Amino acid sequence: MTTTIEASAPILELTDVGKSFGNIHALRDVSLSVRAGEVTCILGDNGAGKSTLIKIISGLYKHDTGTYHVAGKPMNCSSPRDALDCGIATVYQDLALVPLLPVWRNFFLGSELTIGPWPFRRLDVAAMRRIADEELQKMGIHVPDIDQPVGTLSGGQRQVVAIARAIHFGAKVLILDEPTAALGVKQSGVVLKYISAARDAGLGVIFITHNPHHAYLVGDHFVILRQGMLDLSSPRAELTLDDLTHHMAGGAELEALKHELQRIDVPDLGAVHDAQEKENA
Amino acid sequence: MTAGGDPARITKRSLGRRFVTRPEVGSLVGAIAVFALFFAVAMPFRELDSLSTVLYASSTIGIMAVGVSLLMIGGEFDLSAGVGVITSALAAGMFAYELSLNVWVGAGLALMLSLGIGFLNGYMVVKTKLPSFLITLSMFLMLQGLNLAVTRTVTGSVASPPISDMDGFASAQKVFSSTFTVGGVSVQLTVLWWILFVALATWVLLRTKVGNWIYAAGGNADAARAVGVPVNYTKIGLFMTVGFMAWFVGMHNLFRFNTVQSGEGVGQELIYIAAAVIGGCALMGGWGTAIGAAIGALILGMAQQGVVYAGWNPDLFMFFIGATLLIAVVLNLWVRTRAHRR
Repeated sequence: MTTTIEASAPILELTDVGKSFGNIHALRDVSLSVRAGEVTCILGDNGAGKSTLIKIISGLYKHDTGTYHVAGKPMNCSSPRDALDCGIATVYQDLALVPLLPVWRNFFLGSELTIGPWPFRRLDVAAMRRIADEELQKMGIHVPDIDQPVGTLSGGQRQVVAIARAIHFGAKVLILDEPTAALGVKQSGVVLKYISAARDAGLGVIFITHNPHHAYLVGDHFVILRQGMLDLSSPRAELTLDDLTHHMAGGAELEALKHELQRIDVPDLGAVHDAQEKENA
Repeated sequence: MTAGGDPARITKRSLGRRFVTRPEVGSLVGAIAVFALFFAVAMPFRELDSLSTVLYASSTIGIMAVGVSLLMIGGEFDLSAGVGVITSALAAGMFAYELSLNVWVGAGLALMLSLGIGFLNGYMVVKTKLPSFLITLSMFLMLQGLNLAVTRTVTGSVASPPISDMDGFASAQKVFSSTFTVGGVSVQLTVLWWILFVALATWVLLRTKVGNWIYAAGGNADAARAVGVPVNYTKIGLFMTVGFMAWFVGMHNLFRFNTVQSGEGVGQELIYIAAAVIGGCALMGGWGTAIGAAIGALILGMAQQGVVYAGWNPDLFMFFIGATLLIAVVLNLWVRTRAHRR
């Protein structure tokens, strides 16, 4: 489904980007391009540099080396607000929404619609409630009550509200930071469905995850980070789920570990068991 | 398509349930209970004059509780609010007297001072990211010391100089501390100011951008920042709002009593916080209303006067506040956990 768009120029392009904190290289020589209508999955273990990479992409950190272009122009954002204006929206796993605020207030938080002249300028509550409801319907989300606190929604629904919000406010690139990490199987499915919905709506999606199975379900391009460097960067066509799982799990390291564990485990336990049975008999 | 969850498992919340999950409801029930209690045990409490006195007592707590509750919804505390009232009153009195200014000029300088203290509190909280409890506790102790020390140095006594014969006193008294008559009962103007501030705060909270930001700053500051809410400005603004309210109540004290004792105000900050909490404001922020805080203030006002009318030992007032607070927080917790569970 992405073949038609694949030829288009990347919306977002990083070339040999690096970032150091003191003498620690958090990220080295990472190149990445994100196209409209494509899901780019970033995988990696804890400490692989995923968070640093997202923070550079979303404008929270400035990269030290390399170049970072958004729509052909050098990225020059220093706050989440700026990044939003550049069309880059980040949906963080745990800090996307304010649990006690109603759905529609969360939807418009930071971009509230107002009517009337100052000092009587006030929220356009009717319009905000209507638009929030419409946008969620468009994504196929059924929220029973637009006034209910977001905290009462399920984990998957909350992520989807955040995604719908980003799309409504004109995001061209959507960064999802481990959206499925804290979710059960069914809820993860819900989120994955909306990731593909966002892609079909023409957004470039960056999907950060631990889980190669989730990544493979929706991804068009896969990037694996290891110790701050690119371990793998390849399109879906050149990769099977097994390759991805293998790479993600640590590849060769895991093989070695597997052998080692096998050697101690099976025979030894069997011997002990046999010995015990003999004693009992 | 009905994805995004199992609609069958989520039913629309009934009107009744939505009502009991309002932050004010617990306190409203409490207010009725306290009223009924004193109505039953204290004969003088039943007279209209007493109602006016109760409203007056509630208004001086309530005006401060407006600022304090907004701040608490925004996720912060201000322990310096009680002595801040006295600081403002002392400053206005001494500026006007010592420099022989119109009292309005003194009041203006005091306003600058109060807003400045609020700004300093807020600026330090957002810059250091320390708990506001610590920052404002420090401010509280410093102001308490300064109130006593500066007043003694400037006036040679423990109270601000009398200013009732100075220019502008009469007009200032009209604004800050006059009375009006309703149905033969004399009512303090502060009651009207109180209602006005509560109405204004309610409008801001529920119907403006800033209100949305206040709830978000207290509910999840990081999320709010991530979508571009100016959380730091919001918090500083809230501290300054408390400063403004402290100035207002300070001016009331000054123009009502003509002179202010420099040692007063200590302990009042906890009364304001109690009013906000009894009114349903969450201690950790993100939840509460100005109307709830007003009801909380009304409960405390009724208690303050009711203890006297009932002929009980006035020292019991603090006990009564403590007990009310305890019942209120337990009741709120109970209501909320029950209401949010299905």
